Amino acid sequence: MNCREVSDFLREFVAGELPPEVVEEFDVHVGRCPTCVEFMNQYRATIAASRAAFTEPCDVPDELVDAILKALQQAG
Amino acid sequence: MDEMELAAAVRAGTNEGFEALVRSEAGRLLAVTRRIVGNEEDARDAVQEAFVSAYRARAQFGGDAKVSTWLHRIAVNAALSKLRTRRRRPEESIEDLLPRFLPNGHHTREFRSWAEPVDQALARRETAELVRRKIDELPESFRMALVLRDIEGFSTQEAADLLGTTPNAVKLRLHRARLALRTLLEPHFEGSPS
Repeated sequence: MNCREVSDFLREFVAGELPPEVVEEFDVHVGRCPTCVEFMNQYRATIAASRAAFTEPCDVPDELVDAILKALQQAG
Repeated sequence: MDEMELAAAVRAGTNEGFEALVRSEAGRLLAVTRRIVGNEEDARDAVQEAFVSAYRARAQFGGDAKVSTWLHRIAVNAALSKLRTRRRRPEESIEDLLPRFLPNGHHTREFRSWAEPVDQALARRETAELVRRKIDELPESFRMALVLRDIEGFSTQEAADLLGTTPNAVKLRLHRARLALRTLLEPHFEGSPS
């Protein structure tokens, strides 16, 4: 396995979807390739960043609540 | 409101019940539709349409389902529908944001460690805002795969159903979206912590 294949398989690897024999080849390459280790760390960090970027609470403007309630009355 | 109260409000279908539902859930759903449509007016419209759809479909609400999950899916559908009706422009290529390799399959360059753990960096409001901006820069079909899978938490099959595509297409787009987002975040995360 080379760096390109490690990159191609990263999603499956992170999701635990790779068959054991491919994981073995993956581990052999990553074990001797610091570039791929760092790339994999950054791929995982990117997933974590997406999740963490949207945790702020969202206030609802009063006018939106009013508009929804009005629309519901009309729908009823 | 807890799940039991929400379910009771939906089943009753009364104005009071739905008003309580709106007051309890509108904020969460607005956050969802903002992530998908990217502009405030469409996001608000989508939330309103989602509640009207939910009200009309209240008889079909299954007793086993969670109201929050049911509403979440309705809101995502309403937001995706807004997105589809928006004036479409040709999607930009994602190729330039993907990693490059030498003919022998090695990376063309090395990668420096990111300066600070992501969870620590994301605790700062400006960093979270930066990540949201970079997600917005992704070409639409890739951004949607990332938003539905990594942020909204849908399964591959659910995301494929919502997007009207195949599970394999979702997997490929998600992977490419993550690779591209890594490229976009890299200049901001490597180097000294700010």
